Amino acid sequence: MMSWPILSVTTFLPLAGALFIMAMHREEEAEQRNARWVALWTTLITFAVSLLLVWRFDPGTAEFQFVEKRPWLAGAINYHMGVDGISLPFVILTTGLMPLCIIASWGAIQRRVKEYMIAFLVLETLMVGTFTSLDLVLFYLFFEGGLIPMFLIIGVWGGPRRVYASFKFFLYTLLGSVLMLLAIMAIYWEAGTTDIPTLLKHNFPHSLQTWAWLAFFASFAVKLPMWPVHTWLPDAHVEAPTAGSVILAAILLKMGGYGFLRFSLPMFPLASQEFAPLVFALSVIAIVYTSLVALVQEDMKKLIAYSSVAHMGFVTMGIFAATTQGVAGGIFQMISHGIVSGALFLSVGVVYDRMHTREIAAYGGLVNRMPLYAAAFMVFTLANVALPGTSGFIGEFLTLIGTFRVHILVATLATIGTILSAAYALWLYRKVVFGALRKPSLAAIKDLDYREVITLGPLAALTIAFGFFPKPVLDLSAVAVNQLLENYHQALGAARTAAMLAH
Amino acid sequence: MNETFELADLVPVLPEVVLAVGAMALLMLGAFRGERSVPAVNWLAILLLVAAGLIVAWLPDARPEAYGGSFVVDPFARFLKLLALTGSAATILMSFDYLAVEKQQKFEYPILILLSSTGMLMLISAADLIALYLGLELMSLALYVVAAINRDSIRSTEAGLKYFVLGALSSGMLLYGASLVYGFTGTVSFAGIAKAASQGGIGLVFGLVFLFAGFCFKVSAVPFHMWTPDVYEGAPTPITAFFAAAPKVAGIAMFVRTTITAFPEIAPQWQQIVVFVAIASMVLGAFAAIGQRNIKRLMAYSSIGHMGFALVGLAAGTAEGVQGVLVYMTIYVAMTLGTFACILSMRRDGRFVEEIGDLSGLARTNPTMAFFLAMLLFSLAGIPPLAGFFAKFYVFLAAIKAGMFTLAVIGVLASVVGAYYYLAIVKIMYFDEPKKGFEPMPYELRTVLGVTGLFNLLFFVYPGPLVEAATAAARSLF
Repeated sequence: MMSWPILSVTTFLPLAGALFIMAMHREEEAEQRNARWVALWTTLITFAVSLLLVWRFDPGTAEFQFVEKRPWLAGAINYHMGVDGISLPFVILTTGLMPLCIIASWGAIQRRVKEYMIAFLVLETLMVGTFTSLDLVLFYLFFEGGLIPMFLIIGVWGGPRRVYASFKFFLYTLLGSVLMLLAIMAIYWEAGTTDIPTLLKHNFPHSLQTWAWLAFFASFAVKLPMWPVHTWLPDAHVEAPTAGSVILAAILLKMGGYGFLRFSLPMFPLASQEFAPLVFALSVIAIVYTSLVALVQEDMKKLIAYSSVAHMGFVTMGIFAATTQGVAGGIFQMISHGIVSGALFLSVGVVYDRMHTREIAAYGGLVNRMPLYAAAFMVFTLANVALPGTSGFIGEFLTLIGTFRVHILVATLATIGTILSAAYALWLYRKVVFGALRKPSLAAIKDLDYREVITLGPLAALTIAFGFFPKPVLDLSAVAVNQLLENYHQALGAARTAAMLAH
Repeated sequence: MNETFELADLVPVLPEVVLAVGAMALLMLGAFRGERSVPAVNWLAILLLVAAGLIVAWLPDARPEAYGGSFVVDPFARFLKLLALTGSAATILMSFDYLAVEKQQKFEYPILILLSSTGMLMLISAADLIALYLGLELMSLALYVVAAINRDSIRSTEAGLKYFVLGALSSGMLLYGASLVYGFTGTVSFAGIAKAASQGGIGLVFGLVFLFAGFCFKVSAVPFHMWTPDVYEGAPTPITAFFAAAPKVAGIAMFVRTTITAFPEIAPQWQQIVVFVAIASMVLGAFAAIGQRNIKRLMAYSSIGHMGFALVGLAAGTAEGVQGVLVYMTIYVAMTLGTFACILSMRRDGRFVEEIGDLSGLARTNPTMAFFLAMLLFSLAGIPPLAGFFAKFYVFLAAIKAGMFTLAVIGVLASVVGAYYYLAIVKIMYFDEPKKGFEPMPYELRTVLGVTGLFNLLFFVYPGPLVEAATAAARSLF
């Protein structure tokens, strides 16, 4: 077995890096340089360690692996870590994106660099911990703890309306989560433990399932975000610094989807089935309505933010369809969206750093001076449209198939969203990149520098690679997804039999 | 009744005796040596409090009672006594710099705190209504005087007077309640009341309500909270810190011990009162703090809210609930002391400032202080993984187990509203442009802030011992 706690190392390594940066005291210039390099190396090493996880991971079993368990809070609440096929992809997504975020902030952040890097590293620990914890209270700790660094990142390094955006982000998310906390407590008294593997096997009474499902839904729906509680997202995205937007879109939103997969579906199967129509309705509204909203945006980041809401609608729809394709598609869509939306925000950051505006109208004809940028931006735009051959296609296609088998109308309406997404994404691309370069302010704009190539290059490669060859991600989670659905349908079947016997 | 009195019977009250005798000795020292003796009296007072704490910790378990059962030393009492003594000692330590700058050095000040602490210890151990009243008055009389200790300041004297008049009124109500309870049960001992209460009628409930009015006043719970903001704002800042920490511990101890040990039979009657008080305090604390500009006033509303959260545990009326209250109070004292250490360092050009706006841009002028204060504020808001989260976690855990879902939901929603004004302070420190920096923090404030700040940050790493101690302490009441 494992000789060293690899999961804890992956989780807490960034925190160690943050402490190291905190302990450094040099003059301003050197301190900034050191903070950047330490942050970069920490995230790179963390990524390397997390790749070890993939290497040693056994995709043939649905059991949790690399398990660590130690007594923590008195009573039945333990420090329990582990990953399975559902959580591992998110861990890799997090650790993989972090170095890119650090590089993207290299030149863009000039103010209070040390604090910035500390906030990001602490945030990484909390995000990885969210995906690796196997105890509800521990999960909540990581899940909510992430609010503090993100609040500071938006508030300190954000745009002009950063105060409003950071407060809205914090309070919205907190409001959803405290209700989940109460549900966690109710679960604790019902099952006598907050150990997730044990709870996954526990049969909760129907009424508790309903209430707990709703409480968890309150938290995850805000985090994801689902319509109509998505309004914090555009504000937060617009005001956050580029790397903050990337993390927000690529990882923090995924915590909601991960929560549905890890808790709502397997622990409360009866309630999940009952509320599936509600989720379908909200998902379809999100897909169609927010796509329409995206069409009229004048701010690039806002447009991408609304498109994120729409894309996350596919995820919830797929998950609650509770078919193999739907759930696997939901996971894949989250990973793909993590890569693509992260890259889109990075692309916006590229031009923002040069022109300091995100107004779509301020751009046009960038292809003439920025061919590399135009090419990279095109890949991500097309992936956002879900063009076959990009990772976006696989995710949306799988979730649509999965939903089609359950609910034809929902799948049909969602397809309209795909068309709309083509409309707004291509419109954005045309406005910004194509046409003649008429604006005098753009005349001297420079193409991607090597740092930007380093950040966007791998993402573009992954987008296309996963578009043609999605097997690695799908295989990683296949067994865990099957197990989840098997248990889910078994629980529903058992409830149905019980109901029939009662009559 | 022919009881012989032996010296060994006094062993359980040894800490109180040490404090009282020590306070007298220090008073002599101060009276004869005059103002020169202030530093010595200060340090000796802290030493006495530490000694009392050590005695509390090392008292033999063999003799848990004194004075025929009116004074008990159970794990519950030990736990809270240690907490109250820590709070008192820390506030004396924190006051050095402030009183020196304000030229308010008086040797009576530490002595009054010692006497008040003696009262707290009595109160925490009181197991009948007479001992309770005795302890309460000893504690309060000293508090009235320290509130007005800056006698040349109108604000301070007003605070002292207000506190005294309202405090006397509440003591009267408490006394009236106690006499009603005595009248309807025929006994003052908690155990006796508990036995007699099983056939208690409306009169007993009446007495209970009046008792509760007194308790609520002492812990500044709604609807008897009105004095808090004015007294907090008016009193010299170190004394505000003192009010916010140790007496609250003693007040909660008295509240919990009386309700749990004397009235277990009529739990449904008092539970509805406690639920109301808890909800009202949480909600008022959350909403009323939003508009505050003075940080001491804000802390007053914050403490009203926190008392509401602590009472959620009592409302549950179970061992888990009491455990939650104990964990809550411990973490609350740590957070409060840390926050006041920061407030006491808000000194610019030789003058103390109290406006929240004065913290503007602190993250750049004094990053360490800003970081610790921000973490304390997040903790007060109950954000994980900081200590304040665990405090709320345990009280709500108990409420959920007792099936009080409405209370729990209102409570967590109030905590979200409360988060807003804590965030607003973080915003001022981190997002706004810096003002002129504060003068460097004196070392004793640094120590208090460092210890409480690290406790707050690192509590989640090893929460076991505190939680276990609280569990053991809570069990001793049942």
